[in-house]
Amino acid sequence: MNRYAIWKYVVLGIALLLGAFYTLPNFYGEAPAVQISAAKATAKVDLGVQDRVESALKAADLAPELLALEGGSLKVRFDSTDAQIKAKDAIQQALVPDANDPSYVVALNLLARSPAWLSAMHAAPMYLGLDLRGGVHFMLQVDMPAALNKKAESLAGDIRSTLREKNVRHSGISRDGQKIEVRFRDMPTLEAAQRVIQEQFADLQMTASPDGAEFKLIATINPVASRRVQEQAIKQNITTLHNRINELGVAEPVIQQQGTDRIVVQLPGVQDTAKAKDILGRTATLEIRMVDDSAEARSAENSNGVVPFGTERFLERNGQAVIVKKQVILTGENLTDAQPGFDTQNQEAAVHLTLDAKGARIFKDVTRESVGKRMAILLFEKGKGEVVTAPVIRSEIGGGRVQISGRMTTVEANDTALLLRAGSLAAPMEIIEERTIGPSLGAENIAKGFNSVTWGFVAVTAFMCVYYMLFGVISSVALAVNLLLLVAVLSMLQATLTLPGMAAMALVLGMAIDANVLINERVREELRNGAAPQSAIHAGYDRAWATILDSNVTTLIAGLALLAFGSGPVRGFAVVHCLGILTSMFSAVFFSRGLVNLWYGRQKKLQSVSIGTVWRA
Amino acid sequence: MEFFKIRKDIPFMKNAIAFNAVSFITFVAAVFFLFSRGLHLSVEFTGGTLMEVSYAQAAELNMVRAQIAKLGFNDVQVQNFGTARDVMIRMPAAKGQSSAQQSEQVLAALKETDSSIQLRRTEFVGPQVGDELAIDGLKALAFVVVGIMIYLAIRFEWKFAVAAIIANLHDVVIILGFFAFFQWEFSLPVLAAVLAVLGYSVNESVVIFDRIRENFRRFRKMQTVEIIDNAITATISRTIITHGCTQLMVLSMLLFGGATLHYFALALTIGICFGIYSSVFVAAAIAMWLGIQREDLIKGQVVKVEGDSDDPNSGAVV
Repeated sequence: MNRYAIWKYVVLGIALLLGAFYTLPNFYGEAPAVQISAAKATAKVDLGVQDRVESALKAADLAPELLALEGGSLKVRFDSTDAQIKAKDAIQQALVPDANDPSYVVALNLLARSPAWLSAMHAAPMYLGLDLRGGVHFMLQVDMPAALNKKAESLAGDIRSTLREKNVRHSGISRDGQKIEVRFRDMPTLEAAQRVIQEQFADLQMTASPDGAEFKLIATINPVASRRVQEQAIKQNITTLHNRINELGVAEPVIQQQGTDRIVVQLPGVQDTAKAKDILGRTATLEIRMVDDSAEARSAENSNGVVPFGTERFLERNGQAVIVKKQVILTGENLTDAQPGFDTQNQEAAVHLTLDAKGARIFKDVTRESVGKRMAILLFEKGKGEVVTAPVIRSEIGGGRVQISGRMTTVEANDTALLLRAGSLAAPMEIIEERTIGPSLGAENIAKGFNSVTWGFVAVTAFMCVYYMLFGVISSVALAVNLLLLVAVLSMLQATLTLPGMAAMALVLGMAIDANVLINERVREELRNGAAPQSAIHAGYDRAWATILDSNVTTLIAGLALLAFGSGPVRGFAVVHCLGILTSMFSAVFFSRGLVNLWYGRQKKLQSVSIGTVWRA
Repeated sequence: MEFFKIRKDIPFMKNAIAFNAVSFITFVAAVFFLFSRGLHLSVEFTGGTLMEVSYAQAAELNMVRAQIAKLGFNDVQVQNFGTARDVMIRMPAAKGQSSAQQSEQVLAALKETDSSIQLRRTEFVGPQVGDELAIDGLKALAFVVVGIMIYLAIRFEWKFAVAAIIANLHDVVIILGFFAFFQWEFSLPVLAAVLAVLGYSVNESVVIFDRIRENFRRFRKMQTVEIIDNAITATISRTIITHGCTQLMVLSMLLFGGATLHYFALALTIGICFGIYSSVFVAAAIAMWLGIQREDLIKGQVVKVEGDSDDPNSGAVV
């Protein structure tokens, strides 16, 4: 009765093998590495870059242990920190000739030393949280009301110009928070305006009400549109943050949306919080100016000669110089959106810009006067400008909808739209949580967590082996398997391990032994009541199972609650806690039974079992 | 080796009133301290800035305090953390000032007098996050209580569910009482520990209830009180050994886990000790007073089918 079918042993064997396999990468430790990623949306890390890096390393007489291109970044591993730093300098020189205008981020990093065949099977070590590796954590709150106010402001301007175009006379438009109020002298005008607005602005919902002698139309952004505005705002802010953080040279930054209006930024290895905060909070500005097309300017464009009075020289991304007038026509404030798309006539890739009412009016006037001339869209960051694009004006452009097209691929259109949008933050952000952990503290925390788990484990197994003899040894092996499986699952899921997570690991081991104590006590009790050894083992496992299930489910409920409502350190704890409970059910019941069956199951005339003293009444 | 040689069932239920009185007094004391002293909440809950700096030599706390006071921050706590060289500085969120800058100002001021100072850790939490954490903590607690009650009500019976939850909530309140009395810092990991304890010590009650149900089937002539006594006696060895093992792990955390895990491990220790007490003496007694009886657990099915281990209600087969 205490025999397992072959397939059960096969399942156990496979589980053990997989467990060992995915736990393995954690033992290799980490090696110094250099990581190269793109700093701009337009720069790509591809095989070409890999060749350049390889030749740069060869020139510097450095032999990397590993050179791998994955997920848009190139990782180069070395055997010593010395080689790593030399290599960083060599690669920096080769890829980033101008430190003020980097196309690539070359950052120092630590990479798992696990052999290539393990990496190829996607077996990677556990991902360490910031409290274990050191770094900065920010939580930013996006000011959504501000984003909605901005949208309402631009809509108010749009309404004003639309009503003027349609000759609907109003007696004033004002904005109060997210409400746009339009006043009218009489009811018929109001109705006419309502029709016009309904037709042209799908994003608005309206209510009309008499206001003393006048009539008032109150327009608000409808829920669907307001959700869209908020989603776009947070997306744009995340993109902007990405671009800025690239400059910090962080190997693996984490930038994530949390909830509807929050962004979490984690920068492993960064210690200079002041600089990080400065970069996160910086604002970029967008400017539209006219290109100087005079003969003088033309010659200055091609040579490095003096630029004409009242103009400046800026570079396009391809390095081509453009001489631009100093007078600013529009700024990014007037640009409400930029989306990639296609020219409706010839299906060429294009970027569609949307300007607000004021911007549209100015744009119309300027384009009417300057057909055939070029205008430049400039992006300023850190006081340094770059020409995003400099198209030729083909005709007068009214209505605030601008299309930039010609000589563009879809990828370029995408990048340009991104650059135009990412130039500025859609809504202001505020740091509402900040955590910095020094690298020495991180290493200490690892040691502390590791020691807690190790010594607790040793103490528990020592006790079990003494108290329950062979059954205690089996329980201890099962506990070790539990730890193995837990680490394997955490590595497989690439869950983030934190110090509370390590505490959860220790706690879960302490709790997991409960199942084996239950079983062993039950077996003893059966023996005490005079059952034969084989049937005592059988009854012990069977009867303990219901209890084990109940107690694990209640523990799991607590774990799930922590997972659902917890944040930060609590979540790290909860993940390990829940996974640990699941693996413990497998190891403590299924696995330990397998071992017992293997040892005792085949002995037909079993006289005694080694489970410590069984006291008989 | 065998620790427990118990010849007769221990009459736990005879003394139930005495045990519960002890329990009740501890509970009332805990509630009293919770209200009179309140919890010493960490920066995570209150909002504010926390800094941990380390000096090359033993730090002079008074000097550090004076330097920070010069910057105009009020209500600043400065204390040693772990060793004499490590200093922890705690500042409440300053109104009207970008508090994200606080830590930098303080560090700059401290660096003026001693450039060897090293920043080990900073934490800044805005007030809005703190409130949310408190609410989320309460939500989690409610979720655990309701979840466990529903599960126990399905698996056993509502009387057991009520008894288990009362017994274990009283553990939680007592842990909080300890934190209030000693003014230990109540941080997020401690909250996690408290909830883990809730789930864990319900285990204990479940094991005893399981045995009570089994006994109801097995010994049809026994009185409810005898059945409960027998169930507790039969499981007491397991109760103490399991908790002992878990406590070994927690002790290891207390010894090796350092300052960060200190209060976490402390909360678990208290939770484990009172978890045993409440499951053994309180939960079963409450279930008894709520009037559990054979019919509650064995619904019209007195004769069991043998060896049907898939049946969740399967227990002893005699």
